[in-house]
Amino acid sequence: MKISEIRDLLGASVLTGEGILDHEVTSACCSDMMSDVLAYVKDQGVLITGLVNPQVIRTANMMDMVCIVFARSKTPTEEMIELAKECGIAVMCTEKRAFETCGILYTAGISKCNEDKNA
Amino acid sequence: MPDTLKFHFDIDGSDFSSAGAASVMVKKKLRQLAYDPEIIRKVSIAMYEGEINMVIHANGGTADVEVSDEEIVIILSDKGPGIPNVELAMQAGYSTAHDNIRNLGFGAGMGFPNMKKYTDYLNVDTVVGEGTTITMKVKL
Repeated sequence: MKISEIRDLLGASVLTGEGILDHEVTSACCSDMMSDVLAYVKDQGVLITGLVNPQVIRTANMMDMVCIVFARSKTPTEEMIELAKECGIAVMCTEKRAFETCGILYTAGISKCNEDKNA
Repeated sequence: MPDTLKFHFDIDGSDFSSAGAASVMVKKKLRQLAYDPEIIRKVSIAMYEGEINMVIHANGGTADVEVSDEEIVIILSDKGPGIPNVELAMQAGYSTAHDNIRNLGFGAGMGFPNMKKYTDYLNVDTVVGEGTTITMKVKL
């Protein structure tokens, strides 16, 4: 699925990353604990979160994730948007809650991120 | 390219919002040098975990990264409180971080297990009341 389709499915507004909306993603994870994202995620994918701080962007960058969806109308700061731009990560916001966001994307064919067992 | 590339960072422990910035920088530099993405991933995640730990627990410190033909070495050094029980700290899920850190998305007790998971060598040299030096190596 293209990042642009995620935007459309969620009725989300894109804050940065217009240039990579054609990028294909196949998996996602949802967490407010960046520790868990670092521990359990493999694959380039989508991060769905309600946490707002610069470590969300840095964590996604570490995990080679290409898109972050801020759920329940959480809005990242200008500093975070700038950081995401530098890292080449698309950032979008949706009014939908995290559970609903996950459900919509899962139903549309996005799978869970594979666990990194062989690092 | 010289035989060994060295990067040094002073990690500010007073500002959590900047925690992880050095690791982002290292990842960017390794990408520019066209290292294998999987190697870059391992190095940057391990360093990021260590850097976050240093800000959370030790009020910052220094990070040195050395890149040679054989390996990438990350040395994180702080003058924090030290780790009383390293074996316990290595256990997945064990954390001494406070709730305010969990509210920031960290403190799940996965820092050390992750650093171990993503590196080929991990050594923790710590003295309670004096500080901690962590050495990690990823083979190329």
